[in-house]
Order: sequence, then C-alpha cells, then structure tokens
Amino acid sequence: MTALAATVRHARYVMGENPVTGFAFALFVLIVIAAAFGPYLVPHDPFASDTIVALKPPSLRHWFGTDQLGRDVFSRVIVATRLDFFIAIASVVLVFLMGGLAGVAAGYFGGWTDRIVGRIADTIMAFPLFVLAMGIVAALGNTVQNIVIATAIVNFPLYARVARAEANVRREAGFVEAARLSGNSEFRIVGFHVLPNVFPILAVQMSLTMGYAILNAAGLSFIGLGVRPPTAEWGIMVAEGAAFIVSGEWWIALFPGAALMIAVFCFNLLGDGLRDIVDPRRRT
Amino acid sequence: MGNLILKRLLLAVPSLIGVVIVTFLLTRALPGDPAAYFAGPAATAEAVEEIRVKLGLDQPLIVQFVRYIGDLSHGDLGSSLTTGQPVAAEIKRRLPASAELTLLGLLVSMAIAVPLGILAATQPGSLIDHACRVVTTAGVSLPVFFTGLILIYVFYYKLGWAPAPLGRLDIFFSPPPQVTGFYLIDSLIAGNGALFVASLKQLILPALTLGIFSLAPIARMTRASMLAVLSSDFVRSARASGLSSFTVVVTYAFRNAMLPVITTLGMVFSFLLGANVLVEKVFAWPGIGSFAVEALIASDFAPVQGFVLTMAIMYVALNLIIDILYGLIDPRMRLEA
Amino acid sequence: MSVAPALLVQNLSVEFRTRSGVVKALESVSFTVAKGETLAIVGESGSGKSVTAYAVMGILDPAGHVTGGTAMLGGLDLLSASNAAMSEVRGREIAMIFQNPRAALNPIRSVGRQIADVLIRHGNVPRKEAPERAVEMLRAVGIPDPSRRAKAYPFEMSGGMCQRVMIAIAIAAKPSMLIADEPTTGLDVTTQAVIMDLISELSSGTGMATIFITHDLALAAQRADRIAVMHAGHVIECAATRELFERPRHPYTAELIAATPDRAANLDELASIPGALPDLRRTDLPPCRYSERCPRKMTECDQPLPRSPAVAAHMVACWNPLR
Ligand SMILES: Nc1ncnc2c1ncn2[C@@H]1O[C@H](COP(=O)(O)OP(=O)(O)OP(=O)(O)O)[C@@H](O)[C@H]1O
Ligand SMILES: [Mg+2]
Repeated sequence: MTALAATVRHARYVMGENPVTGFAFALFVLIVIAAAFGPYLVPHDPFASDTIVALKPPSLRHWFGTDQLGRDVFSRVIVATRLDFFIAIASVVLVFLMGGLAGVAAGYFGGWTDRIVGRIADTIMAFPLFVLAMGIVAALGNTVQNIVIATAIVNFPLYARVARAEANVRREAGFVEAARLSGNSEFRIVGFHVLPNVFPILAVQMSLTMGYAILNAAGLSFIGLGVRPPTAEWGIMVAEGAAFIVSGEWWIALFPGAALMIAVFCFNLLGDGLRDIVDPRRRT
Repeated sequence: MGNLILKRLLLAVPSLIGVVIVTFLLTRALPGDPAAYFAGPAATAEAVEEIRVKLGLDQPLIVQFVRYIGDLSHGDLGSSLTTGQPVAAEIKRRLPASAELTLLGLLVSMAIAVPLGILAATQPGSLIDHACRVVTTAGVSLPVFFTGLILIYVFYYKLGWAPAPLGRLDIFFSPPPQVTGFYLIDSLIAGNGALFVASLKQLILPALTLGIFSLAPIARMTRASMLAVLSSDFVRSARASGLSSFTVVVTYAFRNAMLPVITTLGMVFSFLLGANVLVEKVFAWPGIGSFAVEALIASDFAPVQGFVLTMAIMYVALNLIIDILYGLIDPRMRLEA
Repeated sequence: MSVAPALLVQNLSVEFRTRSGVVKALESVSFTVAKGETLAIVGESGSGKSVTAYAVMGILDPAGHVTGGTAMLGGLDLLSASNAAMSEVRGREIAMIFQNPRAALNPIRSVGRQIADVLIRHGNVPRKEAPERAVEMLRAVGIPDPSRRAKAYPFEMSGGMCQRVMIAIAIAAKPSMLIADEPTTGLDVTTQAVIMDLISELSSGTGMATIFITHDLALAAQRADRIAVMHAGHVIECAATRELFERPRHPYTAELIAATPDRAANLDELASIPGALPDLRRTDLPPCRYSERCPRKMTECDQPLPRSPAVAAHMVACWNPLR
C-alpha cells in the first residue's frame, strides 16, 4: 500500500515537474472518452450519406466538413477512435503476451530456448517491419484481426529483447534464489517472482509502442489492407480523402490525419512520461 | 579489410536464409488455401486444383521448399495473375524508381538532420537546440502518408510550385535512355538539362516526405552522440593541445559521433523502406511499392511475395553496407575481423 | 623565489551552475610556479585539482564559470584572454596531459596523425613533413620502433605507451608550462616510475615548468620542488616540499602527513581523517571549509580566512595554524 502511495506521489511529482506529461495524460483521457462513448456523442450518423451536401467545407453544421458521399467528417473521425484505439491496444497486448513470455523464458532458462527465441527475433528484424506486416496481412487474409496480429509480430523482437534482458538480470537476483531454496518449482518462480518484476518495464514498452502500433495499422489500412469502406478508421479515411487533395478539398484527409497524428503524439509523450515514473533513474 | 567484408557477408547468410524461409512460409504453411490465393478470387474449383498441381502445392512441404529455392536461384519469382508477366522482370523494371526515391529521401534527411543535431549539441539550450527537440518529438508522430498529402496540398494545389503528384515524369517528357535507371543521373548522362529539372521537380515532394519522416531518428541520434563525444576525454585533450575548434569539432568529434549514427541507419532503412510503399501510393510513383499495393488490392499474391522478398534482401544488403562503412571508419572493427 | 614565475595564479574562483545548484568548486585559489620548477598539487578526490587545471587551460565544461581571479602566463591573463588567443596559447605555451591516457586519445585516428595535427597547428611544420616529425617525437618519448608505431591506433597500444604519446603531443610545440593531471593513475608501478622520469627529464632539459597533480603525497614528495595542498576548493597550504613535511602548519596537512608515516599510502585510502569534504553546493559553507572536520577549531574560524600572498615562501590559510 505504501509502495503504491509512493508511486502515486512520484507520478504526481513527474507530472508537476513535466507539464507535457500532464497534457498528454489529458489528451489520453479525451481519446478514451471518444473511444468509449464516441458513437453516442457525435452530432451526425457517421454512415449516413447525403449527396446533396457532399464535399462541403467545414461549417457550423459540419465542423470538419463532409466527404464525397456527404457524410459528416467530424462524426466519422470521432467514431473511428474506437477502432484505431482497439487495434493499438489489442496488438500491444498480444505482443506483450507473445514477446514478453518468450523473452522471459529465453532470459530465464537460457540455452536452447534462448537460441530459438533469438533466432526468431533476428529473422523478423531482417525484414523492413512495415513490409513484413504487409506480407503477413496479405497471406493471412485481409481482416482487422490480421492487422492486429501482423502489428504484434513485427513488434515481437523489441519485447522479446527487453523481457529477455530483464529476466536474465533477475535470474540470479536474491529473491529468486530465496524462492528456489524454499522449494518452488522453476515455473512457479518464473510466474510469481520473475514476471511480476519484469511487468512494469514491459508496461512502459507497451505505452512506448502504442504510437507505432497505431501508425502501422493506419498505414496498412491506407494501402487498402484490413479495414474496408465504409468503416470509419483514420487510415482509410485519409486514403479516401487523398483523391480530393489535388482538387483542394483538404478537410476530408486533414482531420482524420490530424487525429491520427495527435493520438500518436499523445501516446509517445505518455510513454516517455510513464518511463520516467517507472524508472526514475533514466530521467533526462 | 577484405577479411572484414568476408566476415560480414558470412554473418548475413543466416539472415538471408531466415528471410527466404519466412517468405516461403507466408504462402504455404499459413491457414487458408495458398492455391486459392494464387488462383485469385474469381477462380473455379478446377482452376484452383490446376494451380495447386502446377505450383506443386500437392507435394510435401519440404519438396515445395526445395522447388522454391530452385526457382529463386533462377531468379524466378512466379508470374502475376492479373498481367501474366513474370514478377522478377517487373520488379527489376520498377526497382530504380523506388531506389532513386528512397536514396534521395535519405540524402535529404541526412542533409538536414546531421547539421541540426550537431548545432543542437554544440549550442545546448539555444534556439536551434529547441528546434531540434521539437522536430524529433513531432517527427516520430507524423504519419508519412499524411505529410505527403499536406505537402501536395500546399505546394501543388495552393502554391502551384510543384507538378502534379503523378509519377516520375510529366507526360510531356519521355524518360532518358536507361543507364542506371535513376532519371536524375541518366538525364545528366544524356546531357538533357530540361529532363533533369523535370524529373527533379517530380522527385522533390516525395523525397521531402521521406526525408521528414526519417529526420527525427537521425537528428536525435546525431545530437545525443555528438553531446557524448563533445564531453569525452579525447575531445577535452584535443582542445587542451590547442587544435582549432574546427579541427576539434569536425575531425575529432564529428567523425567519432558519426559511428552511432551509422548504426542507427539500419533502423532508419527499416522504416524508410516501409514508408516508401506509402509514399509511392500517395505520389503515384511507379516503383515496386505501388506494384505490391496494386497486387494486394487484386489479391494477386506472387507479386506481393516477390516484393517482400526483394525488400528483405535489399534490407539485408543495406545492413551489410552499413557494417562495412562502419568498419572503414572505425579501425577497431578492422582488428576484430 | 628569485626565479621569475612561469605561471602566477591569484584568487581563482570557479563555480558550476548545475540543475541541482551552484557548485562552488574553487574559491580564491592562488599559487605560483617558477621556470624549471615542479609544483605538486595534492588533495583528496573532489578537492578541485582538475578543475584548477581546466580553468587555467580554459577548457572547463560549459557549466563551469570562472567568477574571479587571474592566471598570468608571461604577460597574458589566461582567464580573461579571448578564445582565439587561448587557442593560440594552448598547446604552444601551456600544455596538459591527462589521467587515463587511452581515453584521452582519439580512438579512430592513428597516433602519428594526432601528433602531426598538433605539429601542424603549432610547430610551424609544413603539412608534408609533419608525419616524419611525428615519428621523431615518438622516438623522443622513448617509443620503440616509432615509424611503425606512428601508424597504430590507441587501442593497439598499452596504457604506458598511450601516455608517452600524450606526452609527445603535449611537448610537440615545446611549451614553457606542462600540467600533468594524475599522469600515472591506472598504470602499473614500474611504468609509473618510467613516465615520471620521462616528464622530469623533459622539464629539466628545457626549463619547462611543471604542475604535477596527484593523490599521492609520497609521489609528490619524491618528484616536486614545492607542494600545494588543496581541500574542498581551497589551497590551504603551499610550501617547499621539505618545509611542508618537516613543518606543516595547517591541521589538515599535518593530519595527511601523520596518516602517511611511510609516505606510501594513497590519500584515497586514508580513513583516519574524520569527516568528508563538505557538499560544495551548500549555501552555508563556512569560510574555512575544513572547520567542520577540524580538531583545532576556534571562534575566529568563522571569520573570512587569512591568506598570505601567493608568492609567500610558506603560505597557509588558517586562523589557528600549528607552529
Ligand atoms: N562538470 C561539473 N559539474 C558540476 N560539478 C563539477 C563538474 N566538474 C567538477 N565538479 C565539481 O568540482 C569539484 C572538484 O572536482 P575535480 O574534478 O577538480 O576534483 P579532483 O580534485 O580532480 O578529484 P579527482 O582526484 O577525483 O580527480 C567536485 O566537487 C566536483 O563535483
Ligand atoms: Mg581530477
């Protein structure tokens, strides 16, 4: 309990010290609200097309203008938050499970486990990551679920390496030794003594890679993978708006693109802030 | 030196083997019916069966793999469903377009990021230092396709300074006789100044987009490593021996600071090759990225597979070049070999 | 003190402005070195020996600021000279060698070229002849097979060899003043002696003045004509070596000498002096920074320190000195 209180105090301190982190946190709350309640909050039906008002610039009625089918861009941008947020969260949770566990096993058990996990990570790293993600989605099939999987796979080496290094350090730590002497099985030790200690570091990694996960997913849907029209998703909305940029209808692509950018920016700042909270040593 | 290159080449071999295995597995061992992929969505059951036999997909996996390796060793990447053309030839034809764009993009970002990082490190707390910090935090948050669209809107639609974002050359020009495949170089070889200017105009916006995209990691790394080197003992002693500040900063500090930057280039290339696909789509650039995107949309798998393999091999090769470059600058690497 | 001073430092004060406060690293440091003389500066780790040297050389970190004092070398005040003037003087008139010689050399430049760089800059040596002259310099500092060694990189040489190269760089332009900051720390004992002999030889041959910075009081006693003792950013005593050992006046010096009966112990290993250096970021530092550790403390000790002039034969900064 006191440890928690100390962490909270430290978190307060970090946010007070660094208002940018506080700002990022406020943004994050907004994103979460949009993801949770977006569909109930928006002024228009994001899918209702009305060709009479197609391609109208931003106005009081349509804050972000309307797209080529007359749909309200503002409503679509807000509603899209949920899907983009979901893809990012799902992919980092997935890679946390895959990479985190594989890395902990590699670091703790060493030997063959280590070699196999290392080889897999190296092989993934031998590809340009976005290109590999393209290949995976193309092979597995063009669905949102596969975008999540592909994004998780390309992040695998990062997580596996961090987890491996942390587990390796802890293998010889005193509390692990004590647990071993008191007759715990190796799996129990990993599950109850090593993993909980590696978790905070991986959590930082998760928030640091959230931004990249969103960018990766949006990039894939921008080139037509995964999400299909008329789904509201930032990447595909930018792709739809791209055709109208050259004729000056900037708002269709700009607003979803800006939403994407702000979300990524927010996650990056938040990741840095969280790292400061979890690991005060590395504060810069 | 020859030793170093040989050693690095050997180290690249496992990566290459891994890459080939993965691209093979992507098509064969994954859930779903690969034959259906290759046959396309509209194919009948018999057509799929025919493809299955033709591709050897009815054989055991290991036999298929040997056959795949055999095909690869002949430079055979299969044929596109939609055009019927061999994939390898198409990739070879389009590769220079992608390479020219990517390399120019890298050049642009190095030309901005390295001086920016150095100035930020040599004048900590100055305006340029803050500018560097803003660029590095904002830069990583910008979706590359979004940057491209903004540039098009501003420089093509609003200001009219840039030509329409439609490929490598305006339709009024015909490409220069092919020597390197890079229009900038080939037009110079052909002595055609107007053509050079025309292809440069087409290149500027997409290259700038890629440049902005890779600016952040390079500038951040340059600044960090320059800061570390400037406070190192040997720079202090170089200053103590009265060398001019130019010699200290350039000959002593800069060359050492470049070593970690060169290492980061590996990661930068990973991002750059991926971003290249998106930029090619935004600017209708006829490179291998847009080839792959078109094939993806048509569910035409052979070009996608060829594309992934080509990109991965290029990436392995680029990493090899980076390693060798590092060895050329750092004598400690040469000894290790 | 009949000989003209090569370097006269008076009331040198330096502070570092850091995020965690202002470090008052040096306060009113004064000393003098005559031509051909060797002055040792001794003191615990953190007492400000290196900062003194860096301030005189004009190579303090960006956070470091000289807040007062002069350092006269010939007619030039090193502390107020312009950057351009300083970079002419550094290496040509006043040179410096460092501890950890391997780290003090550029790791990716051959040692011959590093010497040549300095020769070209200061020695009026044409670019073409510089490599050849660099080989001569290597020979002069006793490196065997110098023409082959000139092409070597620091990582290919031993620590002792690297320090010889550093010395070659330092004396390339025949400076009148050499500062050696713990030149033998990290080298093995025999190499230490050889390096120290080399420095003495070079300085006696050319009349070069030397400042020798060390932890090691015994080594200072062997090598120096005079010794300045530093404590927490003050020079608390400065006298001829024999005088200092036979008649120490500052309680700190006396403690140091008492704690090194065989003159072999290293200052870092001394556990017998109670207390530690005060935190130099404190805003309530007493005028005498030793007073909180001092057994002879009196009420006067809260007054500003009495200071004899830098050129005094036996200078001490204490209200209640021994003798
Ligand atoms: N860059 C800096 N920023 C802040 N404080 C500094 C800096 N450099 C030195 N100091 C402070 O100045 C004081 C003197 O340091 P200095 O390096 O001169 O000690 P020293 O006597 O050379 O010790 P050593 O024997 O360990 O080399 C120390 O308290 C140190 O903390
Ligand atoms: Mg020191």
